Amino acid sequence: MTSSAPLLELDHVCFSYGKLALLQDISLHVKRGQIAALMGGSGSGKTTLLRLIGGQLKPQSGDIRFRGKSTLGQSHADQYAMRKQMGMLFQFGALFTDLNVFDNIAFPLREHFQLPEHMVKDLVLMKLHAVGLRGAARMMPHELSGGMARRVALARAIALDPLLMLYDEPFTGLDPISLSIIANLIKELNDALGTGSILVTHNIPESLKIVDYVYFMSAGKLVAEGTPADISNSSDAFVHQFVHAEPDGPVPFHIAANDYSSDLGLGAKQ
Amino acid sequence: MNRSTIDIWVGIFVAAGIAAVIFLALRVSSPSSFTSDDGISVIARFDNIGGLKLNAPVKSSGVVVGRVADIRFDPKRYQAEVTILLFKGIDFSKDSSADILTAGLLGEQYVGLETGGDEAMLKNGDTISITSSALVLEQLISKFMLDKAAETKASQ
Amino acid sequence: MNFFAWLGRITLRSLARLGFAARFMGFLLTQSGTSFRRFHLTIREMYFTGVMSLVIIGVSALFVGMVLGLQMYEVLKRFGSGDGVGTVVALSLLRELGPVLAALLFASRAGSAITAEIGLMKATEQLRAMEMMAVEPVARVVAPRFWAGVFSMPLLAALFNVVGIFGGYLIAVPLIGIDNGIFWGQMQANVDFHYDLVNGGIKSLVFGIAVSLIAVFEGYDAQPTAEGVSAATTRTVVTSSVVILMLDFVLTALMFQGN
Repeated sequence: MTSSAPLLELDHVCFSYGKLALLQDISLHVKRGQIAALMGGSGSGKTTLLRLIGGQLKPQSGDIRFRGKSTLGQSHADQYAMRKQMGMLFQFGALFTDLNVFDNIAFPLREHFQLPEHMVKDLVLMKLHAVGLRGAARMMPHELSGGMARRVALARAIALDPLLMLYDEPFTGLDPISLSIIANLIKELNDALGTGSILVTHNIPESLKIVDYVYFMSAGKLVAEGTPADISNSSDAFVHQFVHAEPDGPVPFHIAANDYSSDLGLGAKQ
Repeated sequence: MNRSTIDIWVGIFVAAGIAAVIFLALRVSSPSSFTSDDGISVIARFDNIGGLKLNAPVKSSGVVVGRVADIRFDPKRYQAEVTILLFKGIDFSKDSSADILTAGLLGEQYVGLETGGDEAMLKNGDTISITSSALVLEQLISKFMLDKAAETKASQ
Repeated sequence: MNFFAWLGRITLRSLARLGFAARFMGFLLTQSGTSFRRFHLTIREMYFTGVMSLVIIGVSALFVGMVLGLQMYEVLKRFGSGDGVGTVVALSLLRELGPVLAALLFASRAGSAITAEIGLMKATEQLRAMEMMAVEPVARVVAPRFWAGVFSMPLLAALFNVVGIFGGYLIAVPLIGIDNGIFWGQMQANVDFHYDLVNGGIKSLVFGIAVSLIAVFEGYDAQPTAEGVSAATTRTVVTSSVVILMLDFVLTALMFQGN
């Protein structure tokens, strides 16, 4: 595999849940060493897209290729083999609450490899060191702050040295310091491990600093894409509204409704 | 929680559970299962077995010596055919008699076996010819009433 | 009119759920290898379902046994057969009360905890995180809890029976003054190993399978929200209780028919 070939490719992917079309005609790709951001308002289908990539959902049409091979129609075993090469950071960390920090990170290692305990220990401490929490190894998840929990979850996500990292809203609910720590870690880990990353977020300023390419989604469709510089200077009305956080614009303040005056009963009686 | 502590507790739990089963098996219950290998089976026919049930005890001098293994209706003789399993090691004479008796006034019915004077012993598949049927309370009462009525008539 | 539409909808939804539960059970069985290969996973869950239920099982059984002793003696005395109190206590416990009450207590103590735990793991995305780490949550989380429940239930029922009989003994022998030998002797003469003990054991095994399956299914199927998990926990207790009593009727009819 050449380094220029995309690690992950989505080709005209459509997904609907019942009659509700969640994603329409999404095409994007990520290369090794690249961080792609997926931005868009809440409910625009970003998290669904991550679940499609992880194989937890199947698209109705289109193709998803990981390392050049289609992930659709693969066997249960193939799917699980593929997931070992992916790491995912969940919105609130999703740490196992009955295990301490050390055992959380050791979990994927112990599940997949019969390693001697001293090797597990070395590997876990290396991962913990990478996120700066070697000293918290014996703490339980409920003793951690939100930012620390997110870093532990990150260490767990990279425990199997994945090729592709998926980040589901990694910045949600963090204070500014924790937020920039996480952002730096994402960038550093991506460069150090040579992975490709997909970052689902709606935190514009922080993510524009670290990503290589941005996709904009709205109501299940890709509406704009480009490098961070393109995005910052975009004249597209939707992107402009989003990047500059304007309350009204192409994304309206009001949800579609009946005429205001008639709802209040002030309309002329017919 | 430490893994070895958990193992110990679960070990205690399982051991206690198994001990409970053994206690129930040895101290609380008695084995019922004995097959024809454990003794001989003989047949006794009764005109009326009353409330005799499967697995009812067969007693001699008040001691359990066997169980009722099968109860069926003999359509040729119009009698009840009761198969009795007798425990191994206890021999009864060929002219033994079988009665259907009641434990207490309203208790369960059982088969009472009384040995006779014959030298020959009962063998597997033999038939006990001397039997007496169960006392049925209704018949007893109506007999009593009729006797009473007859008495009154006679005294008049 | 509306009522029938509602009734039809409820029926269809229940049937669909039943079908889903059956499919889930099949998947659970195919994913059960891990529970036995890595038996410490199951042992760990037996600690939470079995060992942690011991106190409630023991205390309840003691009082049930004592109440049975008092009540049964009261009734038997009228027929002049107060000596048979041991038999009646043992038979009621072995045939009915042991398996049924132990299962009901197990459903509310361990079943609800299993549902809440699995439901919360789902709500906090721990199950999805596991899937993304290429670890099947049904094999790693659900199946060990199911098997732990199946193994624990007959043991708990046996302990319930023993403690209950001991409760009856406490009332009959030291309190009422029935002779110790008569108490145990009467019991042993009238309780049948196969007919009473084995059948009671089969009941508790069936209840264990039913309660464990309901508990893990409700947890796995819970809406991943706080309300969803609490509703699922309630459903576990309610459904388990009804299913235990219904199954008890069916099993009793099958086992103790005739004679």
